[in-house]
Amino acid sequence: MTSTFRTPEGGRIDRATTVEFTFDGQTLTGHPGDTLASALLANGRHQVATSIKFGRPRGIAAAWAEDPGGLVQIEEPFPEPMLLATTVELHDGLAAHGLPGQGRLADVPDSARYDAVHHHVDVLVVGAGPSGLAAALTAARAGARVALVDEQSEAGGSLLSGTERLDDAPALQWVAAAVAELAGHPEVLHLQRTTAFGSYDDGFVLALERRTDHLGAAAPKHVSRQRVWRIRARSIVVATGAHERPVVFADNDRPGTMLAGAARTFLHRYGVLPGREAVVFTTNDSAYDAALDLHRAGVHVQAVVDARPEGSPRREECEHAGIRVLSGAVVTGTQGVERVTHALVAPFADGEVGASSAIACDLLLVSGGWNPAVHLFSQARGRLRYDAALGAFLPGEQLDGLTVAGSAAGVFDLAGCLADGQRGARAALGALAVPPAEEDRLPTAPEPVVPTAPLVLWRVPDTSGADGSTSFVDLQRDATVADIARAVGAGLRSIEHVKRYTTIGTAHDQGKTSGVLTSGITAELLGIPVQDTGTTTFRPPYTPVAFAALAGRDRGRLFDPERVTALHEWHVAAGAVFEDVGQWKRPRHYPRPGEDMEAAVLRECAAARTGVGILDGSTLGKIDVQGPDAAVLLDRLYTNLMSSLKVGSVRYGVMCGVDGMVIDDGTVLRLAEDRFLVLTTTGGAAKILDWMEEWVQTEWPDLRVHCTSVTEQWCTFPVVGPRSRDVIGAVFPQVDVSNEAFPFMTWRDTTLDGVPVRLARISFSGELAFEVYVNPWYAVAVWQRLLDAGRPYGITPYGTETMHVLRAEKGYPIIGQDTDGTVTPHDLGMAWAVSKKKPDFVGKRSFSRPANQDPLRKQLVGLLPVDRRTVLPEGSQIVEFRTDGQLPPPPVPMLGHVTSSYRSAELARPFALALVKGGRERIGETVHVPVNGTLVPVEVTGSVLVDPEGARRDG
Amino acid sequence: MTLGSSHATRTPRTPGADLPEHPDSLWRDAEPKRSYDVVIVGGGGHGLATAHYLAKNHGITNVAVLEKGWLAGGNMARNTTIIRSNYLWDESSAIYEHALKLWEGLEEDLDYPILFSQRGVLNLAHTLQDVRDSVRRVEANKLNGVDAEWLEPDEVRKICPVVNTSTDIRYPVLGATYQPRAGIAKHDYVAWGFARRADEAGIDLIQDCEVTGFTTDGNRVTGVQTTRGTISAGKVALCAAGHTSVLTDMLGIRVPVQSHPLQALVSELLEPVHPTVVMSNAVHVYVSQAHKGELVMGAGVDSYNGYGQRGAFHIIERQMAAAVELFPVFARAHLLRTWGGIVDVSPDASPIVGRTPYDNVYLNCGWGTGGFKATPGIGSALAHTIAHDEPHPYVAPFTLDRFVTGALVDEHGAAAVAH
Amino acid sequence: MQLIACPWCGPREEVEFHYGGQAHVPYPESPAELSDEEWAHYVFFRDNPKGRFAERWNHSAGCRRWFNAIRDTATYRFESVYRLDEPKPVTP
Repeated sequence: MTSTFRTPEGGRIDRATTVEFTFDGQTLTGHPGDTLASALLANGRHQVATSIKFGRPRGIAAAWAEDPGGLVQIEEPFPEPMLLATTVELHDGLAAHGLPGQGRLADVPDSARYDAVHHHVDVLVVGAGPSGLAAALTAARAGARVALVDEQSEAGGSLLSGTERLDDAPALQWVAAAVAELAGHPEVLHLQRTTAFGSYDDGFVLALERRTDHLGAAAPKHVSRQRVWRIRARSIVVATGAHERPVVFADNDRPGTMLAGAARTFLHRYGVLPGREAVVFTTNDSAYDAALDLHRAGVHVQAVVDARPEGSPRREECEHAGIRVLSGAVVTGTQGVERVTHALVAPFADGEVGASSAIACDLLLVSGGWNPAVHLFSQARGRLRYDAALGAFLPGEQLDGLTVAGSAAGVFDLAGCLADGQRGARAALGALAVPPAEEDRLPTAPEPVVPTAPLVLWRVPDTSGADGSTSFVDLQRDATVADIARAVGAGLRSIEHVKRYTTIGTAHDQGKTSGVLTSGITAELLGIPVQDTGTTTFRPPYTPVAFAALAGRDRGRLFDPERVTALHEWHVAAGAVFEDVGQWKRPRHYPRPGEDMEAAVLRECAAARTGVGILDGSTLGKIDVQGPDAAVLLDRLYTNLMSSLKVGSVRYGVMCGVDGMVIDDGTVLRLAEDRFLVLTTTGGAAKILDWMEEWVQTEWPDLRVHCTSVTEQWCTFPVVGPRSRDVIGAVFPQVDVSNEAFPFMTWRDTTLDGVPVRLARISFSGELAFEVYVNPWYAVAVWQRLLDAGRPYGITPYGTETMHVLRAEKGYPIIGQDTDGTVTPHDLGMAWAVSKKKPDFVGKRSFSRPANQDPLRKQLVGLLPVDRRTVLPEGSQIVEFRTDGQLPPPPVPMLGHVTSSYRSAELARPFALALVKGGRERIGETVHVPVNGTLVPVEVTGSVLVDPEGARRDG
Repeated sequence: MTLGSSHATRTPRTPGADLPEHPDSLWRDAEPKRSYDVVIVGGGGHGLATAHYLAKNHGITNVAVLEKGWLAGGNMARNTTIIRSNYLWDESSAIYEHALKLWEGLEEDLDYPILFSQRGVLNLAHTLQDVRDSVRRVEANKLNGVDAEWLEPDEVRKICPVVNTSTDIRYPVLGATYQPRAGIAKHDYVAWGFARRADEAGIDLIQDCEVTGFTTDGNRVTGVQTTRGTISAGKVALCAAGHTSVLTDMLGIRVPVQSHPLQALVSELLEPVHPTVVMSNAVHVYVSQAHKGELVMGAGVDSYNGYGQRGAFHIIERQMAAAVELFPVFARAHLLRTWGGIVDVSPDASPIVGRTPYDNVYLNCGWGTGGFKATPGIGSALAHTIAHDEPHPYVAPFTLDRFVTGALVDEHGAAAVAH
Repeated sequence: MQLIACPWCGPREEVEFHYGGQAHVPYPESPAELSDEEWAHYVFFRDNPKGRFAERWNHSAGCRRWFNAIRDTATYRFESVYRLDEPKPVTP
């Protein structure tokens, strides 16, 4: 199919190459350099979709991100919802269709890569139009480290859309030279296809680079599809240009209706005629360029309709070209079905509209003035001021570290934009005390024609009889002047309320064309000045950003770091099933072929209770506490006394928060008078180190003590069970492992083939046990030695599940499982671990609060299901015994809940730990636990169910 | 008539992508009178609901609601609209369940299409401890008469097929709690429904009226000083959420809340993919697909105190990583807009409601991330408390005094299910 | 995301820091002598001003030192940072 609306020459497209794409199932062609929108227009197609609410035809109405009309769904190469045809670069194989409202997500995962780069610069310039290029050159020439980012596929900004000349040559020659010069500066990063979408504190700007989308299927797989640039700039020049503003009139949404400047872009940049017969409706001088350019390109410009009574000085130019100029006239409406066929034009004076007549056209260009793109300035919390002459909101204050330049600051002539870019860069450099280069010449631009003042016209009074109900303010939301009128009529005064009532500005374009119009129309309807109405808040992102781009590489295994012990490969090879404990991967159990978890755990438990088992306990937190005041610190943080601990001995301790609730527990080894090794829970390791450091630094800086994490420096293997002494004795023959020489709760240093090893008689199982500490480099070898030595006794590796069963049988709580931040040491039955001698420790004062005296506080007890069969689900609630065995209707008062529950090999029955109101007083009572609708009777017992005397671990 | 103004005859192309219209009349833009029986400070959801129930349940209508900005423009306009009552503790589930029951009849009560959609809420569990905590909460909910179920991963997938329940993700889904009666509503519609009702009852909704101080006489507040003059008040209720401390500082009352930025975000409109509400603490994400089709998500609380209604972007990036991890199909959904609210967080993550050292001043704050879902519940309970000068049983456990006695309602430590 | 000037390391990204709430709330000399109310105020009650706030920060992913800062909670701007052994700056 031939592109009937393609100009014979010109534009920035590669005419030598043809690409094929599909739109709404129709195969069409275009050229590299096209956008989907320009290619559709070249094929004579304006309508892209139908509207969300009314199903009205909608077409391409602008040439870039401000387009409210051309929403498309990408199908190939990969489904992507809701993009603008104007911003999708054409490539071979692109398939898309128009979107009536909702985009569609792919039903398969996106295999593309995304990443992020941090970048630091002296000066960030956003926008590579005339102002931005001038700014970047000035900054680069001064020797500053510069980043220049621009959202288009090539630099030039508005110069790409026109025929301007600089230094008496086409302006794009200057653009090319500027780009080349910037490329010669090693400290300049110049990124095209990169949209600065968010501006945050301290010069932090986020920009999204689209790296491969324009390549289609040719995109290299190893290159990330999109990249988020996290740019920290000491100074920022925002040169983001301006968006043309429409004027609202009846049926202004008809395809073929387009912003005037966009028509120039399609003509000059893409070599596309957006129509054959045009009417140009304007309130300012800028649209005259569009009229004249289109005329020169062969479009029949039927009329320029200028709302201003005096028209423009450019009227003569038009008339000379044979273009009719109607001053003091407006477009009141359009005719046509899926495309404009006529513009309705009427005289306009003093706000009154006369009788309209139809002018035939297939293209209606509109310009209501320009809105500076102040988004990044506003996101950085810059205040805006309303400029009544321009009918636009401009930066209203000077921000530290951020300058707005060019048309983003309300400067609209080329020479002015260049100079303002240079000024902006010099201001940025000045703030950094960098002098500008001596040679910093701007190109010479033609003298600007002094423009006639624009007329600020938000809407043409509706003479169609539709009462504004077809006068569209936000095309993407199908929201009209009538909707704003209803909102105001309902009593709403705030622009935020009007936005929410009408939904204007909440769609894909976030109000790029509709926002200021809404402020203006609302102000008119309320009879108040526009500055009093203000705008709704500009929020990031400036244009939509894919979730995956922001997720970057933090997905899958990199979503959160995985921590593994030195033995991880061994565990994997041994068939371990893993459990996530914080960031750690810990073996939960080691099933043998045919075993489920229950069978494996019963086997592992039995081995530890009757023979010998071995656990990889390396994830336990370890903190080396050193210094003359180490004991003082521990006395203040633990509820019990640590200073009395002898060197060579070990003590169990509990820590509380200032609120008196248990935050962690573990054993403490005294290594020397001034040195302790503090063991924490796996999950508590980082938290407890932070806790200690916080107290030392912020409250007790006089204490001479340092805390260092050594979790990764020591692997820890508890060797557990009646035969553990045999195993340890065999591997470490030089150590006297007799109970007399090496009693419970002591530790010894030794070596194995010259490798330092620490042994400690600590038991988290209630069994005779030795913990083996060794540097991770030797962990696998030592582990293997222990296994080899244990083979005669059937040494059995066990995982966290067995560890939990063994400790629960002994009533040892797991902090965070048997506690929940509301449990005191007394509640755990650990009054013995709370010092009565110490005048104070962290949390002590809270114990005497009234709520802590409540006899009905929840206390840790054991539970034995009476049927000896039911394993109570952990988390089950406990209720009073019901003689009828029936659960009454809710609400049913609860006594507490099951915190841990297992099947015990040792007890040959299931058991549980629970927090129960006044639990210790209830020992011996039977209570009920609802399980799947049945009340299970359970006996309340003490929490220690195996070896209450502790003979085994002590022996 | 031109050819183009025939839109009324065309049928909508995207069912569900449009919302019911707001009514033609909402509320008067009231001027402050010199004196009111009750002055409610804060024209957000809680303030407006309290006004409505004062009129409806207690016949008290000489009431002003003072709003420093635009009505319901604070957290009410910024939250992710999740409604549920599956809290752990009796005290919490009681007030949230009270609220949920009111939500179920609210559309009729307000005669406003609040789009309350009981699409269920899944709270995912990713660790064994999550599972224990979840079962504990489900069992407690059942005994308290709150609908709750524990679901295995395959049941989770049936309810929400787009959740990644495969076992080879970083933190696999081990199951979820499910509250079928939970859901979402349309926040503006709720606020405006309450506002319209209150206005109809003769209550003055006064915008752009910032409180600058209080006039006191001993243990009583006699007047509220505002940017629009001093207003005499028989009783004063503070419903200012994130700005509570600003008011209580004026009164010399110390309240243990800290104001933090909480961010949220929204995508473009998408065809329906996500039929319920999913929340996860371990892989921090909470997301629903709102009525028009946009994905609405909450991010984590920014750690520092802040009244700026904005937060840092790395919080959003983390949120997106979590979203794509749990919902791989969201990869190419687009972030359209981010914003922030100010949540007032108490030490035990439960609200602080009730009387103050001033005889006629009532406090309502500390709702953290739970404020929206409580709206009708707290509105009615606070109205009762004001009318009877006696804490309603639902708010009685949430006294300021609990921080002295230690009788906290610690939703933080216990369930760790915020939002 | 802000740049926070650690007094020891200089300006670093906000993600490296951990927030510690209100500064200058010393641990009571003799907790046992405090009333329940006084103790509760130490444990749970912190100022929450809108505006200038003296607060604690920890450079947790850097030097791991705690320091104090005066920051405006409305604008989030840091006015000053100071070491724990330095007095709170006198502010106008």
